Amino acid sequence: MHDGAHTPDNALPVSRRAFLKVVTLAAGGFAVGWRLPAGVLADGDDGADLNPFVRIQPDNTVTVVIKHLDKGQGITTGLTTIVAEELDADWSQMQFEFAPANDELYKNLFFGIQVTGGSTAIANSWMQMRQAGAAARAMLVAAAAERFGVPVGGLRVEKGRVTDPESGRSASFGDLATLAADQVPPAEPVLKDPKDFTLIGATLPRLDSPSKTDGTATYTLDVTRPGMLVALVAHPPRFGAVLAAFNADKAKKISGVRHVVAIPRGVAVVADGFWAATRGREALEVQWDFTNAEMRGSAEMLSDYKETAKTKGASARLTGDAEAALADAEDVIEAEFDFPFLAHATMEPMDCVVDLKTDRCDVFSGAQMPTVDRQIVAGIVGLPLDKVYVHTHFAGGSFGRRAVPDSDYAAEAAMVAKAIGGKAPVKLIWTREDDMHGGRYRPMSFHRLRGGLDVDGRLVAWDHRIVMQTFLKDTPFEILIEGGVDGTSVEGARGLPYDIPNVSVDLHLVDNGVTTLWWRSVGHTHNGYVTEVFFDMLAKKAGQDPGDLRRSLLRNHPRHLQVLETVLDKSGWGTPLVARAGARRGRGVAVHESFNSFVAQVAEVTVDDNGLKVDRIICAVDCGIAINPDIIVAQMEGGIGYGLSAALREAITLTDGIVDQDNFDTYEPLRINDMPDIEVHVVASGEAPTGVGEPGVPPVAPAVANAIADATGQRFYRLPFGDEIGTA
Amino acid sequence: MTKVTLNGRSVELDGDGDMPVLWYLRDIAGLTGTKFGCGAGLCGACTIHVDGEALRSCQTRLDDIQDGSSITTIEGLADGETLHALQQAWAEHNVPQCGYCQAGQIMQAAVLLTENPNPSDADIDEAMWGNICRCGTYQRIKAAIRSVAGTGSASTADAARA
Repeated sequence: MHDGAHTPDNALPVSRRAFLKVVTLAAGGFAVGWRLPAGVLADGDDGADLNPFVRIQPDNTVTVVIKHLDKGQGITTGLTTIVAEELDADWSQMQFEFAPANDELYKNLFFGIQVTGGSTAIANSWMQMRQAGAAARAMLVAAAAERFGVPVGGLRVEKGRVTDPESGRSASFGDLATLAADQVPPAEPVLKDPKDFTLIGATLPRLDSPSKTDGTATYTLDVTRPGMLVALVAHPPRFGAVLAAFNADKAKKISGVRHVVAIPRGVAVVADGFWAATRGREALEVQWDFTNAEMRGSAEMLSDYKETAKTKGASARLTGDAEAALADAEDVIEAEFDFPFLAHATMEPMDCVVDLKTDRCDVFSGAQMPTVDRQIVAGIVGLPLDKVYVHTHFAGGSFGRRAVPDSDYAAEAAMVAKAIGGKAPVKLIWTREDDMHGGRYRPMSFHRLRGGLDVDGRLVAWDHRIVMQTFLKDTPFEILIEGGVDGTSVEGARGLPYDIPNVSVDLHLVDNGVTTLWWRSVGHTHNGYVTEVFFDMLAKKAGQDPGDLRRSLLRNHPRHLQVLETVLDKSGWGTPLVARAGARRGRGVAVHESFNSFVAQVAEVTVDDNGLKVDRIICAVDCGIAINPDIIVAQMEGGIGYGLSAALREAITLTDGIVDQDNFDTYEPLRINDMPDIEVHVVASGEAPTGVGEPGVPPVAPAVANAIADATGQRFYRLPFGDEIGTA
Repeated sequence: MTKVTLNGRSVELDGDGDMPVLWYLRDIAGLTGTKFGCGAGLCGACTIHVDGEALRSCQTRLDDIQDGSSITTIEGLADGETLHALQQAWAEHNVPQCGYCQAGQIMQAAVLLTENPNPSDADIDEAMWGNICRCGTYQRIKAAIRSVAGTGSASTADAARA
């Protein structure tokens, strides 16, 4: 059995495919013969387009057109590497640019629209980029054959040059580019044997490092247009509230304020710069209508969720008969877990530039779904789709926040541009407080677990109930909710890999006025914690080593098992940890599959009077063929930092419907002194590559929690637990 | 009108005296390498050098700048064509992910190494504590700083000017 196909979780992409009418990714399914429609790429470019992904300039640079957003995960380097490999280019001649918004040419092959998400950027592009590179290579060879007057068969390609060994003649890609563009693309380009890869698997430097260290990288916040104004918007303080009335008299008196306009999402103050807009917004007087607003606090919401959890929800998985097995079990343990709303808290707050003219609209954004944003902006400004141009820039983090079904902030920028009649280009900026209050959080959730052991201490029953809201409701993605089950709520729970004869997972989807969204690793954030901590509790109850019990119950899951064995081995699992006087130390392990990648982590912690110190995380990842091992390592490091931050201290709470947190003082991400030493092992694999942006996140919180339990016996049933250590 | 040196050039700070230097740099001087992260001095993304000291430009008003001061932003950290040793180390260690905080990180680290050319790990933690990286690049930031520490190559263009 292919071990990527054993869990119900893996049904999810199939469901998405069905919905989004995905083009089959088969050999030859990629139309390498596509010619680029006029106007798709930048005017005035003298490069030759060999296909929609490869352009070669006369100066011998090769530009790879990147259909995905780079929000830090390194996809610009990754996709460029794959093309360069098949092209036999020299790495020093490679560069990249972001693709325009165009579903036909640049769709994510797993989703059918142009979207960066679900850790799919490498996975969906793998064969497509290889074919794009190989097709371009064949065209360059054909061009050289024509120029040299020799058959293609004898020509060699190496480091960006095509050489005829017979005559010794050679030409660079740049010399051949124009002629190559006129060649007929091969119907089925010949791909390399992976054993001949020289760039894939090498640790190449990230292409974006130089511009991100000298201040020249351009983010949306850095975009300027002639005559551009800056807009800040006063938003309602509660979710679901709307504008009742406003008085702009004082705001308009602020020097530099040009327009104060009502838009469907609030009141916009449009000024010469950020500072004038800030002062103008401070002077604005606004009344809100709370008739349809969410007025509950998060504590009330949690009480409601707990009440809901008393009955069974929609079944997401049923293996055997968990109820009967629990009734027959020798020992039953129960636990309840709850998780807060979480903000993505990207370093670059939400922002978007819209330049609206009578006959065209240019949108500048670091967006995960550029064609969705384009469609929504086009509707707001009243222009046809082909008159709206989306220009993608680096995003200063996203973690899911910039893939919004209703394009909230991009829509808002378009509303402002429309409201001022296109008199000036508009840069919409959300302040940190706007961003923190702006919703689209990871949903809060409540979990009830029961597990049963038989007389011999064998794990025979597992029952997991989840209560949460779905962010797919009232969006085009709602069709993904099947039989009352939203896959993004139960992923990582219904796919429980352990060999347990009776498993039940059920879900209640509840209403909540707070807006929510996918947050780095999505359902796996909470389900990974619940499953791996509860498993540890059962192992302890059974008197078994949690590493050994995982080994035993994952024996039919070789990819889980390999990463698990790697971290147990590398961490010295089972050997004693040395603790200072007055300190207690512990180890914990967690293993979790998400987005078809497999990650295990061992945490080593010290608990003393000063609280918790996470000393070290040993991580192993199997993501198939490693395109760029150092970027994989970096994504594991970053995922661990992100997951640890949430585990220790992140929470969005509400009082009477108003968010309690404002800025990084009350929602404080992990800082440098909290960062553990991290050691990452990338497991060798010949499987097709899968994602690494998200899979590093889920295991860290349970690994650390299990390590604390190992050190002190304290268990945490509510996240974040940073302030609870040593209190029990 | 306050006359200052900005990245080696003489300029007059022209604008609302209450305006944070961050927005002067970004909206008026067109220097967008210095980033807006929190507007409250909590994240360090806007860190610049004023007379060799690392300051949060979102919390420094134009009126706070003394006549004759020397201001350096990330755009002015290199010595001509030669990148600052930390900028080179950042690229060699593949530190940036999204990269948005990194200008602030580098500016903070540059002052650390000017004041303490051979910092301990605890010194690095203390100096860099105020700079948030949401991508979690901290381990590489430390490695990059360590690789430059003690080499004597951390002298900065603005330190020379200051």
